[in-house]
Amino acid sequence: MELSPLQRSLELAEPFVTTKLDKVLGWGRKYSIFNYPFVTACCGMEYMSAACSRYDMDRFGAGLPRFSPRQSDVLLVVGTITHKMAPVLKQVYDQMCEPKWVVAFGACTISGGPYNNYAVLQGIDQIIPVDIYIPGCPPHAEIVMDGLIKLQAKIQNQKHEV
Amino acid sequence: MSETPEVRGFRDHGSWAGPELVEALRERFDSGMLGDSAAHGEREVTIRREILPALARWLKEEQGFEMLLDLTAVDYLGKRETRFEVVAHFYSLSGNRRLRVCVPLREEAAELPSLTSLWKAADWYEREIWDLYGIRFAGHPDLRRLLLYDQFKGHPLRKDYRMKDRQPLIGPEAVRPAGAGEERAHG
Amino acid sequence: MAESVGTSPVSIRSRDLTLNMGPSHPTTHGIVRLKVSTQGEEIVDCDIEIGYLHRGFEKMCENHPWNQAVVYVDRLNYVSPIINDVGYHMAVEKLLDIEVPARGQWMRMLTSELMRICDHQTCVAASCMELGAFTAFLYLIKGRDLLWEVLEKICGARVTTSYTRIGGLAYEPYPGMKEEILDLFTDLRDINREIDKLMSDNRIFIDRTRGIGALDRETCLSYGFTGPVARAAGIEYDVRVQHPYMLYNQVDFDIPVCSNGDCYDRYLVRLNEMEQSLRIIEQCLAKLPAAGPVSVEDARYTPPPKELVYTRIEPLMNHFKHHMWGHMIAPPAGAVYHAVEGGNGELGFYLVSTGEERPWKVRCRPPCFGLTQALKEMIIGGMVSDVVPIFGSINMIGGELDR
Repeated sequence: MELSPLQRSLELAEPFVTTKLDKVLGWGRKYSIFNYPFVTACCGMEYMSAACSRYDMDRFGAGLPRFSPRQSDVLLVVGTITHKMAPVLKQVYDQMCEPKWVVAFGACTISGGPYNNYAVLQGIDQIIPVDIYIPGCPPHAEIVMDGLIKLQAKIQNQKHEV
Repeated sequence: MSETPEVRGFRDHGSWAGPELVEALRERFDSGMLGDSAAHGEREVTIRREILPALARWLKEEQGFEMLLDLTAVDYLGKRETRFEVVAHFYSLSGNRRLRVCVPLREEAAELPSLTSLWKAADWYEREIWDLYGIRFAGHPDLRRLLLYDQFKGHPLRKDYRMKDRQPLIGPEAVRPAGAGEERAHG
Repeated sequence: MAESVGTSPVSIRSRDLTLNMGPSHPTTHGIVRLKVSTQGEEIVDCDIEIGYLHRGFEKMCENHPWNQAVVYVDRLNYVSPIINDVGYHMAVEKLLDIEVPARGQWMRMLTSELMRICDHQTCVAASCMELGAFTAFLYLIKGRDLLWEVLEKICGARVTTSYTRIGGLAYEPYPGMKEEILDLFTDLRDINREIDKLMSDNRIFIDRTRGIGALDRETCLSYGFTGPVARAAGIEYDVRVQHPYMLYNQVDFDIPVCSNGDCYDRYLVRLNEMEQSLRIIEQCLAKLPAAGPVSVEDARYTPPPKELVYTRIEPLMNHFKHHMWGHMIAPPAGAVYHAVEGGNGELGFYLVSTGEERPWKVRCRPPCFGLTQALKEMIIGGMVSDVVPIFGSINMIGGELDR
């Protein structure tokens, strides 16, 4: 059976493991997500559920929300973004430091949701780049977990600038 | 609960004002009253806008209507001669009775005296009506937009404002003029 | 040695600090902007800017058929959506002059009260968390998840339920619902008791919330306060009691009323209302008929069941007449106002119909509008950190405030 580098080194009782820097950084970053919950609307209810005991984001290392863009790396946009709110969202995104990721949580952030009218931004990807789209109105907390795991896979596999 | 069998509507167990209030109103504000209705078990009076401040004060101070529950406007474009109608819902906590007061307004004279001196709640209700319908309120301390942003042009709840006419502040649509080729809402 | 420097007052030139709380702020629940001017820690002036979640609810409803507006109505007070659904549909039924069968009304009441518990749980949880009591948040959201599981079985969705339809309900109660809900009661009462033990006599909680944010009765009435905040201030007004709708006059329940109107009283009122809602649900479950229609049995208002639509021609035509433009339900011209007791107070719907398939106007009277407006008076004179319990206690819900 093919052993991973870690398993091999444990087998041989060696005090080191070989891997790539990208993978280690990916591993570290994916398990220490500090999310900025930019909560506006109904999806916030499912976000609360996802963050609490039953569906628990904390077991993935993503349990600590940081309410300052300077201290966070994942911008969780939860809920409808209106045209009045859009400049605020852009400013918060700009204030975050690299590396940063954006999760569009809920139908309204993906495409405006059921609100195709004068007041609502038809998807946040019109103003900021998005990494993960979590569909639903609002998405079930389990789908949020799925989205989080996909985000982690993305973080693991991407190139990390040091 | 007040027992007024005539107004006992269908599920609303006698909680609207009775005909005696309408009579008292008619006696007091004879020429200012345009009509009244008791449809669906409710009580509604339609008045001229000139008597609104006096009527509101009379309701609050002499008839015990302590609360202004709601203040909104309707745009009857194409349906009625007078385009706008401002609708106020009053509630008397002590007497447990509601009253609806409607004030029709013509488009050229879409202005009403403000009720902020009587009920503090009127402040934001009137700002919202100004924002969404463009009806002014004379004597309001600070009449500016409430729900939309200052750069927004127009009053979106008017029937001639198309639903999908966007005026974004930032984003790719912000460079495209609003209303250019936007299709109407379905139906 | 230093001279005594404290003998004569030194005048220090000072300016008010303008602090921007929001619009993306954990306390302001994401979408209210408070521009506060402070002198040190004390707030001297404040400007509240709302509208960051104005999603054009009225415009959307005006462009959709009467039955489809429920989707937008759901998203008003999104912590207790069924209460919004019930309020809107009761107003439409008033226009149409139809009455929902008893079984449908008991289910509407039951689910409304379940959602009222969810609303109060969320409000107390969020305000406790913002004061630092994270445990209360976790316990209450656990309780809310238990309720949502049952609601998901009843109506297919946890948050935005769209459960009611014109003339009744979208779905029948499922077999075993009664036992499952009754099973939950022990857990819910345990959680309430835990929160009571954790928070009600907690020195820190009392210090943060006692005497904070109270307004006198006259001011409360002037702002149009209704709901738990008004009842905490001593105003005995509950739409279920003064204007009983559905079958509320056939169940026994109490209305908790306090006298101070501060944040602590509001918390107590909400905690006790959860218990009263459990009482109502018990009685609804006891009186819920085991069989019978949940929607009015009139082909004009209730679409036929799908098994018939796919197999016979008349139900197919009936289905067509419910769902195609040009044939849908069109209430007669007129205007109605119907109010229900929402989680925050009197949730009123003013509907105007011109006899068309789409409403001419769907106005929602938001209970938290007056509360948020009064926030200015509540926080001026207090400290910046008092904004947190005050804002939490008014339970401002963005979907309802900005619509």
